[in-house]
Amino acid sequence: MSAFESELQVLADRVVAQAAGGEAIEAYVTRGGETEIRVYQGAVEHFVAAQSEGIGIRVISDGRTGFAYAGTLDESAIAEVLAEARDNQQFGEPDEFAGLAQPDGVEVTAQSLWNEELADYPTDDKIDLAKQLEKLASGVDPRVRVDDANYVDAHGESAVASTTGIRMSGRENGCYVSVSTLADEGSGDDAETQTGFGFSVGRSPHEFDLDKAAQDASDRATRLLGATKPPSKRLTVVLDPFVTAQFLGVISSTLNGEAVVKGRSLFRDRLGDDVAAAGVTLIDDPTNMQAYTATDVDGEGLAARRNVLIEDGVLRQFVHNSYSARRAGTVSTGNATRGGFAGTPGVGCLALSLEPGTRGQAELIADVDDGLLVQSMQGLHSGVNPISGDFSTGAAGLLITNGEVGAPVREFTIASTLQRMLLDIVEIGADIDWLPMRAAGMSLVIRDVTMSGA
Amino acid sequence: MRTGAEFAEVYAEDKSSTSAALDDGRIEQVTSGRDRGAGIRVVAGETTGFAFTSDLTERGLATAADAAAAAASSGGGGVRTVALTKSAPHRPNDVVHAPDAIAKARKVELLQRMNEAARASGPEIVQVSAGYGDSRKRTLVANTEGVLADDEIVRTLLRVSVVADGDSGMQTGYQSMGHTVGFEIFDTVDVEVLARDAARQAITKLRARPAPSGSVPVVIKNGSGGVLFHEACGHGLEADHIQKEASVYAGKVGQLVASPMVTLVDDGTMPGEWGTLGFDDEGHVTQRNVLIEDGILTDYMWDYLRARKEGRPQSGNGRRQSYQHLPMVRMTNTFVLDGPDDPDDIISSTPNGVYVAKLGGGSVNTATGDFVFGMTEAYLIENGEITEPLREGNLIGNGPQVLKDIDMLGNDFAMGNPGTCGKDGQGVPVGDGQPTLRVTAMTIGGTAA
Repeated sequence: MSAFESELQVLADRVVAQAAGGEAIEAYVTRGGETEIRVYQGAVEHFVAAQSEGIGIRVISDGRTGFAYAGTLDESAIAEVLAEARDNQQFGEPDEFAGLAQPDGVEVTAQSLWNEELADYPTDDKIDLAKQLEKLASGVDPRVRVDDANYVDAHGESAVASTTGIRMSGRENGCYVSVSTLADEGSGDDAETQTGFGFSVGRSPHEFDLDKAAQDASDRATRLLGATKPPSKRLTVVLDPFVTAQFLGVISSTLNGEAVVKGRSLFRDRLGDDVAAAGVTLIDDPTNMQAYTATDVDGEGLAARRNVLIEDGVLRQFVHNSYSARRAGTVSTGNATRGGFAGTPGVGCLALSLEPGTRGQAELIADVDDGLLVQSMQGLHSGVNPISGDFSTGAAGLLITNGEVGAPVREFTIASTLQRMLLDIVEIGADIDWLPMRAAGMSLVIRDVTMSGA
Repeated sequence: MRTGAEFAEVYAEDKSSTSAALDDGRIEQVTSGRDRGAGIRVVAGETTGFAFTSDLTERGLATAADAAAAAASSGGGGVRTVALTKSAPHRPNDVVHAPDAIAKARKVELLQRMNEAARASGPEIVQVSAGYGDSRKRTLVANTEGVLADDEIVRTLLRVSVVADGDSGMQTGYQSMGHTVGFEIFDTVDVEVLARDAARQAITKLRARPAPSGSVPVVIKNGSGGVLFHEACGHGLEADHIQKEASVYAGKVGQLVASPMVTLVDDGTMPGEWGTLGFDDEGHVTQRNVLIEDGILTDYMWDYLRARKEGRPQSGNGRRQSYQHLPMVRMTNTFVLDGPDDPDDIISSTPNGVYVAKLGGGSVNTATGDFVFGMTEAYLIENGEITEPLREGNLIGNGPQVLKDIDMLGNDFAMGNPGTCGKDGQGVPVGDGQPTLRVTAMTIGGTAA
């Protein structure tokens, strides 16, 4: 990463050089752009060309932290941001653990996060990709129409510097296509519409699998046609890979070191305990280039690294940034997250995955007598509480009877607790799929979940 | 406008904000932010080109304009001159104390008071986090239809989250308050009351039992459940979904879509409310739109592009998150008007069911109408009385069905908490409100039989 000596690094260095005695300063500078193309009925509905840049400055002295940012890199604005951060610093209350990350000697795993092919990809070809995807998705089944087909790419460079000796810069780019579908059946009062989606991600458009995205989007919509509300009962659920990735996203917040040190994690006193079924291993590994969110450094400029969080069911460690680590009496695991220049580093998993099993989804389903294949969940932000562990979401999917997938069902919820669900994992699928999110997907079988319907 | 496009628009924004965060007993950080830039939109045929820049010099704007025009592939030539008509200033909110005129120390002190009040509520309270935020956003919109409108919106927001610990594990409570006014809001809002209410929720839930499963009658407290309408029909009445026939409400104007007691309004002009604006983000003056009247669907919500396609007026619902985003059809403050019933009667006439005192977020699939919303504070109703607290969960229903299944509507209308509505990756501030009401049956996402 340091091989790419950017103009942004110079800006960040210049801010840090202004530190007064006893003052710790960190500057985080980004610049990036995005192309977003939406196609509808064979024509471009919108084309967005975006450029943005900004700087965030953190000032710490006497254990007090202040922060300010601006969405511009104008000289005068940067001076103002530094002055504001210093002013804000007076209002922070002293915290003996406040501070910036220290270089920890962990080697950065070199990764190729910049793709020249994507950087040079012609605009007309991007438009064609979205048009092609729309056509493919409409062609799979006569009942299916396309709500929108999209091509999106983004590129960004960033630099961080601090008075503690952190100095890192780099750049990356990536792209994806996505399509939303509607499947219609019946007419008049019996008219019914179901929805589906599909996508494909890549470092370059050459990695896209448009056929699979189109097929997924069409299948997801058509297989729910005729869905009814199921009865309420306890059963075994098989989560589709996309749903598993969302589930892991919720689990990750319980393993967040900041939540742990502030007493908000339900696993805070459980290191070394069995928190998941035997055989369940959960790893956060942003150095795996297959992960969509692969990265070489974290939000504080420390090397990203592989961390085993749960090993064969046993809770081994939490993820930390430098602050939560100091409070917990440990070292940063390279898990500082950063939502752009407008915020200070948080803590989070960067690229989470279960260790995959050995069997595909069809084989997992074959072992289920009375169950449910969950195709989508709705309301993860409203019915799941990672502090209490209560888990309740809307869902849609297909019933499983004697090992066979059967009738589609919708307008019901599935519920348990996060604690129970980890312990109730029956099997993990081999069908690992890296999705455009911070967790990988794969089929996951969990028993004893309440389906609430009619 | 130098190209052959039919429509071009510039939206410029200058926003300054301050926020403060308290957690774990101390002020962790005060943050100041500055965002400014312009978004340029060019429409040619059915294609919209959009570019934005944080470079507000003439050169920066020209570059963005060229990019937007190229994106719309408008081609052609010629220069069109447009006479701009400055819209009369329209300020639904009178701001007394602009946030930048208030010392940061006073903002921080509010959080310290909330922390103390929450912790004093009981030994069960083990953690408190609180946040304060204010912003002042000045915007200017000009377009080739001759619109020239400027607006200034001040926002003040406060939130508090509390964790209580007991034998059954941890539980949480939450309260928030947000208005499009300045610091004078704290002359009337008691921040300690907010904090104590969040603490009370968390402590109450320590003795909560698992929510039931299956279909139950649901009573929703006034001012807590506007999100039900936001999800059950609000999104489905946005004209972009209608025009793509991706809404269960497409083609239903003039039809009975809800209980005849229901009148649903979207109103961006309500003084001080969280979803209030002087002009929408396309420079169109906000207005009060009746969407459902006595159960009959009267109209959808419209932005410039969708209204143009239909040859009808816009409704002041074109909104965007920032200059970096394209406008689209969005709600403002969405609420149901009072009905005939006494709220106490609604509870006492419900033999068994669930009383939802505070709702969390929600979401909807507009094409199927299926929607969920979270209940963050709920109780059982047994023999017409509110009894045991319930653990958290989602409720799920189908919009058109739930609207028809509203069989009692109270006369105690109240607005709810400030919300952020997400659509297509953009978040905008919205308000909601409703009187106490009863839905005859909804599916509750608990684990108990």
